[in-house]
Amino acid sequence: MRPRGVRPLMADRYLEPVTPELRERWGAFAFTPAWEAKAKEQISHYPEGRQKSAVMALLDIAQRQVGEETGTQGWLPVPVMEYVAAYLDMPIIRVVEVATFYTMYNLVPVGKFHVQVCGTTPCWLRGSDEVMETCKKRGMKKGHTTDDGLWTLTEVECMGNCSSAPMVQINDDNYEDLTGERLDAVLDALAAGETPKAGTQEPGRHTVEPVGALSTLTAMADANHDYRGEW
Amino acid sequence: MLADRDRIFTNLYGYQDWGLKAAQARGDWDNTKDILAKGQDAIIDEIKASGLRGRGGAGFPTGMKWSFMPKESKDGRPSFLVINADESEPGSCKDREIIRHDPHKLIEGALVAGYAMRARAAYIYIRGEYIREAWRLEDAVKQAYDAGLIGKNACGSGYDFDVFVHRGAGAYICGEETAMIESLEGKKGQPRLKPPFPAGAGLYGCPTTVNNVESIAVAPTIMRRGADWFSSFGRENNKGTKLFQISGHVEKPCVVEEAMSIPFSELIEKHCGGIRGGKDNLLAVIPGGSSVPLVPAAEIWDAPMDFDGLKAVGSGLGTAAVIVMDKSTDIVKAISRISYFYKHESCGQCTPCREGTGWMWRMMERLRVGDASVEEIDMLQQVTKQVEGHTICALGDAAAWPIQGLIKHFRPELERRIAEAGNMAEAAE
Repeated sequence: MRPRGVRPLMADRYLEPVTPELRERWGAFAFTPAWEAKAKEQISHYPEGRQKSAVMALLDIAQRQVGEETGTQGWLPVPVMEYVAAYLDMPIIRVVEVATFYTMYNLVPVGKFHVQVCGTTPCWLRGSDEVMETCKKRGMKKGHTTDDGLWTLTEVECMGNCSSAPMVQINDDNYEDLTGERLDAVLDALAAGETPKAGTQEPGRHTVEPVGALSTLTAMADANHDYRGEW
Repeated sequence: MLADRDRIFTNLYGYQDWGLKAAQARGDWDNTKDILAKGQDAIIDEIKASGLRGRGGAGFPTGMKWSFMPKESKDGRPSFLVINADESEPGSCKDREIIRHDPHKLIEGALVAGYAMRARAAYIYIRGEYIREAWRLEDAVKQAYDAGLIGKNACGSGYDFDVFVHRGAGAYICGEETAMIESLEGKKGQPRLKPPFPAGAGLYGCPTTVNNVESIAVAPTIMRRGADWFSSFGRENNKGTKLFQISGHVEKPCVVEEAMSIPFSELIEKHCGGIRGGKDNLLAVIPGGSSVPLVPAAEIWDAPMDFDGLKAVGSGLGTAAVIVMDKSTDIVKAISRISYFYKHESCGQCTPCREGTGWMWRMMERLRVGDASVEEIDMLQQVTKQVEGHTICALGDAAAWPIQGLIKHFRPELERRIAEAGNMAEAAE
């Protein structure tokens, strides 16, 4: 087991040890009615007897509820995984396998904002090193949470925003077309409790169209054009 | 250049509302009942005739894939359509635009395709990181249910068809069809051995077809405009329109729908404002997502962007994710970072991939700084050959090909770095 207090890189994943304190804090975990309604809705998507198909959705729901209770993005303590296992009538090890296999389940506590910097080649070509540097200059360190509990920094693999690279995902939102300065503005706003505009940070850009004049579909910019008359 | 009237994804950039009413005003869900009334075989024949090949990377003919599904269930097992929205191949970012800006094209396509293959339901498996996109898709599915377009008696056709959204949680490997099925069943996403193929025994042991988002979303338009229209674009064996995603060192990276077989130069100059620093500044291009080998500037410039055209220059169309690199690029680092990606994403099931991806990445990092001997380039080449083709799924191949492409085209650069590092070491002594 790793020594307590040492936070390795997120890719190097391990389970938070199940101490008596952890069990005391999370042993009585149960879905609140609002989250439970979402869980039941997910389970209803699968055939009778195949409820364990919903394990991924339920782990996400559980992580979000933990996040709500802790004022963070949320994570999955083992007692919470045990609750999900019991809920779906699955052996706990099958749930732990899923939770450890998929990287979006946080296995250790994280901060209020989980800053996930994409470092894969398309983002790297457009300046993800500068984005990572900007995070580090603010005291963030890969695989760690800052002492004030505000930021957890992770380098992640391709997030599928390659035509508006580089990008970060912070909790549920993407911030694209970043520079160091633009990211600083986003992080300042988040730290101040504001909601910065998500999506591209390039002035004048809407989504993934070429910056500046459109090369296609110009009629769509101002009106919901129906092209069928031109077929 | 493709005319706007011939583009399928007219709301690609999301200038207009994604919702049902706006989508209907653009032509989606227009008398879908009539399409279904043509019958299953007629739909499959039309898709076959259109020449549509799978848009997820492998390029398997879509209509033929649908025809592998059983025409009747002899033992009571239902059939399923699984739609692959686990877009995770570095460079790929097209399905995201379909889902967040034109979700009804996908849902209507799910019904048309699902009906044609006699499926009971479609599961859309969307990558976990597409969080807002998944919520958007769920909202669109709900709109379609509320309007009676899917569900019981979908579109008044008498056919019952459900559509469900299943969110992933961060695993590239789930884009592999059998890993996706495992994941849908609530397990780790580790690929299955084939056979049995999913069309025989897939999700829950039932006949299943897995199709990419784009392949499904274009189906209704093909049915409305006809196979002849779709196959009027692109060269023989490479028909249709296609979403290209251009990233890296172009003036204006973007996603754009174009005719298949458009020359690389035209794609870049018409839509992307050219190469950063001009044509002469181009070093190399990865034309189909990180898995395919890179192509040097001179060979890519006039190449037709299609399956055969890119195969002819030793690469592939893949997902049409075009990663452009100019002469400022540390090409060894660019490929090494891709090696790191595969190391990170290997599911760990097969030894050649689990061990090989890490070994290859470490070797690439040494080559990046020249801390190696020239013979080790050959050793690396051999190891890539020992990984390629020796694993259950294609992730091993995908990890090997970029390195093979680098060695093939940039071996002098690797040797130069080794010599330079050697000289510096000598000077230090």
